[in-house]
This record gives sequence, structure tokens and C-alpha cells, in this order.
Amino acid sequence: MTGQLDTSLSREEITSATVMAENIRFRVFEHVMANNGGYLSQACSASELLATLYTVANLAPLATPKVPEPFTRVPGKGAAYLNGGDFHGEVGPDRDRIVVSPAHYALVVYAALIETGRLEASALDQFNKDGSTVEMIGAEHSPGFESTTGSLAQALSTAGGIALGRRLKGETGQVYVFMSDGEFQEGQTWEALQALAFHNLDNVRVIVDVNRGQCDGPMSEVMNIEPLSLRIRAFGCSVDSVQGHDISTLATALTRPTGKPHFVLAYTDPVRGVPILNERAPNLHYLRFTGEEERQRYADAFAQMEVSR
Amino acid sequence: MSAHSVSPEIVIRPHVENFINWSADKPEVLVLTADLTNSCEVGKWRDTYPDRYFSMGMAEQNMMGFAAGLAREGFEPWLHTFSVFLYRRPLDQLQMSVAYPNLKVRLVGFLPGIATPGGVTHQSIDDIAIMRVIPNMSVLEVGDATEVESVLDIAHAIDGPVYVRMLRGEVPRLFDTPMEFNQARVLTRVGEDINEPADIVIVTSGICTEEAMRAVPAMVDRGLKVTHLHVSTLKPFSDPTVTAALTSARKGVITMENHLVTGGLGSAVAEVMAENAMAVPLSRIGLNDTYAHGASLPYLLKEYQLDARALVDRAEVLTGSSLNIPDSDLAEIRVAALHSEAKAEAL
Repeated sequence: MTGQLDTSLSREEITSATVMAENIRFRVFEHVMANNGGYLSQACSASELLATLYTVANLAPLATPKVPEPFTRVPGKGAAYLNGGDFHGEVGPDRDRIVVSPAHYALVVYAALIETGRLEASALDQFNKDGSTVEMIGAEHSPGFESTTGSLAQALSTAGGIALGRRLKGETGQVYVFMSDGEFQEGQTWEALQALAFHNLDNVRVIVDVNRGQCDGPMSEVMNIEPLSLRIRAFGCSVDSVQGHDISTLATALTRPTGKPHFVLAYTDPVRGVPILNERAPNLHYLRFTGEEERQRYADAFAQMEVSR
Repeated sequence: MSAHSVSPEIVIRPHVENFINWSADKPEVLVLTADLTNSCEVGKWRDTYPDRYFSMGMAEQNMMGFAAGLAREGFEPWLHTFSVFLYRRPLDQLQMSVAYPNLKVRLVGFLPGIATPGGVTHQSIDDIAIMRVIPNMSVLEVGDATEVESVLDIAHAIDGPVYVRMLRGEVPRLFDTPMEFNQARVLTRVGEDINEPADIVIVTSGICTEEAMRAVPAMVDRGLKVTHLHVSTLKPFSDPTVTAALTSARKGVITMENHLVTGGLGSAVAEVMAENAMAVPLSRIGLNDTYAHGASLPYLLKEYQLDARALVDRAEVLTGSSLNIPDSDLAEIRVAALHSEAKAEAL
């Protein structure tokens, strides 16, 4: 059932998502400056993508933003444990789900939850602090995380199982998956694609941050994955390749009914909004200042972003 | 009780009909396979419940994730494949997608240890060791047809992932009572009280129990006081009967398993003995830091000294006495031609 999909956003929704994306990027930059480094480029590339995803997904609203609970325990027998999916609101047959695959984007996901009124802004004060669930690389007790995906390329398979289970129960909601392009180097991703297509799981819709960078540097030098759209299509799924900072285009691509498991390849700019990062390109995975001089220049860049808002 | 009366019925593929009947009133039970459906005796299950069966192809890493997602949606996926393909290739997926979230995924692994002519690639000689160290995982191993049947209820009741070391094909029926969770079977005892001092306490699991049941009566006939336990729950391993029996050992304890001597039953027993300061020797029968190769089960049991004779030899070393048990006494209760068709079984 894809009849309920909205094929476009209203003008107001686009305006709102645009502001949301700028706020996500700003909030992450602010946090990175306060903490003397962090995952900044991921916010540059993925802010519009996450803003769009949280706008189009049919999630139950929260009465008030949630305050993350402190870490209590890992999952085990005989006791309940926290699930970060709670930040996406109560599940229901017609509600959509969002599964975050690259857990290294946790900071950006937290910022997106804050901007959508699902997470208390003060939560970022607990980021990467001992005893907190607002972890640097999220596990499933972390806000926004339904599953534990720090070992990359496992979430798509789990999302496939969730989608299959929901179909068996007659549920009509979509299962959205946020992925990074590096995960297409893992064999499991292609195992998942062939299974999604084989079992006709057209309730799975994947949005990929194609920022073309990974830990060791540019993907073209580490391990090529292109032509990605042709590869995905050859596996029996539908694909849209789009400019990853155009919210209207992203939304249309993400909600377009195709009758197949659907992938949106969002080609993004890994220094979007923070051009000073270009000095470090292509090594953008994690920002660690080389010294006070560099830190100060980033502080100046941040001040400039603050002023121009 | 004496095991002299053993002349087991041989049951052909006990899992096939039993699993179908058991699943009838459990709509949440699904089956996922990875191209070994008939080899794992669920071909007829697939034909009976086509809407609850999902072929995942030769892609075990992805199968773990699908199972995790289905379990998160309230289903109970029963993965059927050979043991080696459940924990070697997809170990990270098994741990991160299934075990960490403590999901109710049932991992039914066939071809335990050297019980396959398929050779090293098909022989799960380290599965118990690896599964035992995974947090949240429960580990069960069946030793006969009755346990093949009754393990389903036990696995079904566990809150979290379960690994079942399963048997297929021709399986002897050694026991007439169902398997119990975390409860060993006392097959031979010195007296009514499990604490009654024994010369040797023998703890066996899986197909090694059948081998031990061939040797123990002959050992008892020679005047040796023997307590023999069969263990089917490898994790948790906290059965007070096991601890009590081990405490009763005067000359030593022997473990016997179709697995490496490291990490499995022998190690679990060693942990209990050390934690309870039991000052008797432990002799572990199993594979000693070696891979095996493809051959028939009787041939491999003899080659790797995992058979009834090996147990007699160890008992003689521990007691420092010769038991003078001829092969004919061990063969007397041998289950004739039980695994003779092994070579012909589909892999």
C-alpha cells in the first residue's frame, strides 16, 4: 500500500524543512566548537536529507520534547530497557518508521530530533558523557535509534525484517532507512538488496547520503562503488539520484510510489555551509583541530554563520 | 539405574513432523532458511505453511538482520541451516543484530561437530565455545530423538536468542522423558542420592552420550562406581545436580563432547569444578586443538578418540587400573549401522 504517500510537500512544509536543515547544521557546528571537534561534515552533507526525512515521515507527535534518560542497562533477560525509537513517537499500523543505519551520524540525528521537537535541546550537553545514552556512536538506547548499527551495513537487513513483519501484520506504514554511501562497500548491503527485491518489500524506502567520503578519504581511492544507481537498479530496486540539498526534490523522490524497494541517492556536498572544511578535504570524517590557530579560524567561521542566520 | 537395557529405537527424521505439528497453533513461528531447506528437514514445513516460510538464499549475514527485524515486530523466526553457517560467517550480525538486543530468534544448527562427512567446512567443532561467550545467548544441544522433539518447547520459552545444536536423519531414541531446561539427566548413578561417592563422574553431551552409554555398563560390571550425566543445556550451566554429582567424584571427572575440548562442555565443567574448589582431576574427551576432515562418523569417532573405547581408556588412566573390557562388550550394545548412510546424506 503506497496510496497514502504524499508525492510533494506544501510550500510551508518546504520552508519549515529548509529552516530545520539550517538549524541542524548550525546546532552541530555549535556543538563541535564547544567540544573542540567532532562529526561536522556529516551535518554539512545530511542536514537537508534528515530534515526532509523527518518532514515526510508519518510519525506520531510527541506532546513535549523528551529528555533522554541516563544509561541504565544493556538489553537482557527479565528487565525492560530503553529504546531510542520512542523518540519517533508511538508506533502504529499506519505510522512510518525511521531506521538510522550509520550510527556515526548520531550527533546529526540528535540535532534533527531537537529541531523536530522530539528531543530536549539540553540533551546535547550529555553527548558522549559518561553514564549518558546520548552516545557518540549511538546504540539502541540512544535517541532516534531503533536498532544498534555502529557495525555498519546491518540496519538495512533489520529494516527488511521489520518491513516483512509489518506486511505480515497488514500494516501500511513505510519503513524509512537512512544510510551512508560507504555502507555499499559491505557485502551485506547487497545481500539485503537482493532480499528486499526478491520479497517485493516496496514498503522499504532508503535515503542515502552520497557524500563520497569515508574514514580513509575519498571513496574513489578507498573502494569505488559507482555506478551506484545502476548497481541498485540491477538488483531489482528503484532508484532516484538527486541533488542532496534540494528539499523539494528530495521529498518528491523519497515519497514517489514505485512498487519496488526504493532508494534515493542524495548526492551531497560534504562541506555545505562550512566552506572552511575544504582545507581538510577530502579527509572530513572527523574534525580534530590541529591547534589553537585552526580552532580559532573555525570559531570565526562559526561566528560568521551565527551572524548570517 | 543401569543402562544395560539400551537397544534404542531408531527414529527417521523426527524433526519433520514434530516441528510441523508443534507450529500449528503458533502463528508467530516463522522459518527462514539459507538454501538448505530440505537438508535441515523443513521442506515439508515450507509446504505446510508457505506463508510463514521465507527463503533468504545463501546470504546468512542478511538472514540474521531479517530475523532480527521480524523478532522486533513480534514474530519468532526459527533459522534452519548448518551450524557452521550460523556463527562463523555471520558472527558480527549474530552478535550486533540479534544477541545484543536479546531478540527471540531461534538458531537451529545442524551437523554438530564431526557428525558429517562434509569435512572441515561443514563441521561445527567450535560452535558451543563461541555461542557460550555471547551475552544473552542460551545454548542447547540434543542427544536423541526425544530431545529433538522436546527442545522446541524449551527454546520457545526462552526470552532471548537460543542456539539449538540439532540432529537430523536417523536419530536414536535414548530417553523416554522430555528434555528439561538447565537440568541434566542422571543416566547412571551410584546410589539413590546424587552425592553418593563415585569413582568416576562422567558428563556427556550430544551424540557422545550414546557412545558413553555403550561403555558405562561394562565399566560398572567391572566394579567401577560411575555416575553418568547427560547435559543438554550448555548455557546457562548452573544445574545443582551437576555440581552435586561433580562433588561426589573421588578419582576424577571425565567430560566427553563432539566439539573441541576448549570452550564447550569440558570447559563449562572445569569452571564449575574450579569455582567450587573440587580437588580431583578433570579429563576432557573431545577434539584437541585440531580441525577434522570428511569421513564417516564411526571412522572419525575412532580416529579422534571420541568413542566408547576412548572413554574406557580415560577411566583406566584416572583410576590407575585396567578394566579389561574387550571390544565385544562395547559392541554388544552398539546401535547397529546407525550412521552407515551418512555418506549418502545430502549436504
